[in-house]
Amino acid sequence: MKTIIVDVPDWPGHRAGQHLDVRLTAEDGYRAERQYSIASAPEEPVAITVERLDDGEVSPYLVDELRPGDGFELRGPVGGYFVWGREDGGPLLLVAGGSGIVPLRAILRHRRNTEGGAAVRLLYSSRSLDDVIYRAELDDPGDGVDVVHTLTRRQPPGWTGFARRFDATFLRELAWPREDDPLAFVCGPTSFVETVATALVGLGYRPERVKTERFGATGGR
Amino acid sequence: MEPLDGNAIAGLLLDVFGAEMTNATGICANCGATGKVAELEVYLRAPGTVVRCRGCAAALMVFVTVREITCVDLRGLAQLVND
Repeated sequence: MKTIIVDVPDWPGHRAGQHLDVRLTAEDGYRAERQYSIASAPEEPVAITVERLDDGEVSPYLVDELRPGDGFELRGPVGGYFVWGREDGGPLLLVAGGSGIVPLRAILRHRRNTEGGAAVRLLYSSRSLDDVIYRAELDDPGDGVDVVHTLTRRQPPGWTGFARRFDATFLRELAWPREDDPLAFVCGPTSFVETVATALVGLGYRPERVKTERFGATGGR
Repeated sequence: MEPLDGNAIAGLLLDVFGAEMTNATGICANCGATGKVAELEVYLRAPGTVVRCRGCAAALMVFVTVREITCVDLRGLAQLVND
């Protein structure tokens, strides 16, 4: 896992939750393109967090070979659906599976930077403690933010947190009640997002207030 | 292969339409379902990129890029509205 700060000439500015497309071209002209969520808030330098996939075409280069000062081709910022701004309010329910935390981290940072933001509950599912991204940062998320971790595959000795998957029963206990008319952002692998989004709508969340973004097992995002 | 969703092709759509399209609304010509482009099913690794209706799985949009030229097939859509 690596967070890369990108210095983009003429960057038009981005919104929290947007992503960018990285395109690499080999000497023989072969091209590979992957999508990466922007990990930083709009007020901060552009950054992406890249998980190295052993069979990946783009991530091994970005994680292992890219050096400070190197360049690459990108397109962005893109996306206008899975985005949050202060005017969108809350309370916010952020639900992340694995690297789905990346765009939600941008939302959290943007909320903190702009002050007086909506109350936030972040539900974050990881396989093990070592797989938790931005761990130190999430230990000190700021006022008005609750962070709930669940470790679904392996828990360290003495772990007192959760070890269950986010299903309908679990979400009923942890999510804001529907009376608060929460705004939810759900990001993670496809099956994770389907389960969580379906459960939230089942709990009475308005479908148009449940924003989803699905990551593949391959590629970036 | 698990499908992704329309967020994954925001960049491609920006190139094709010249505008941000994931927040646009599409209507399926087959079953009439209405949905945000961001929520449609997207298969990136098909020959080309295939976008399907979440309700009836009909192919709504197909994009194939050959030698820098992208062919766009939107016959599966009754309507595409970008507010």
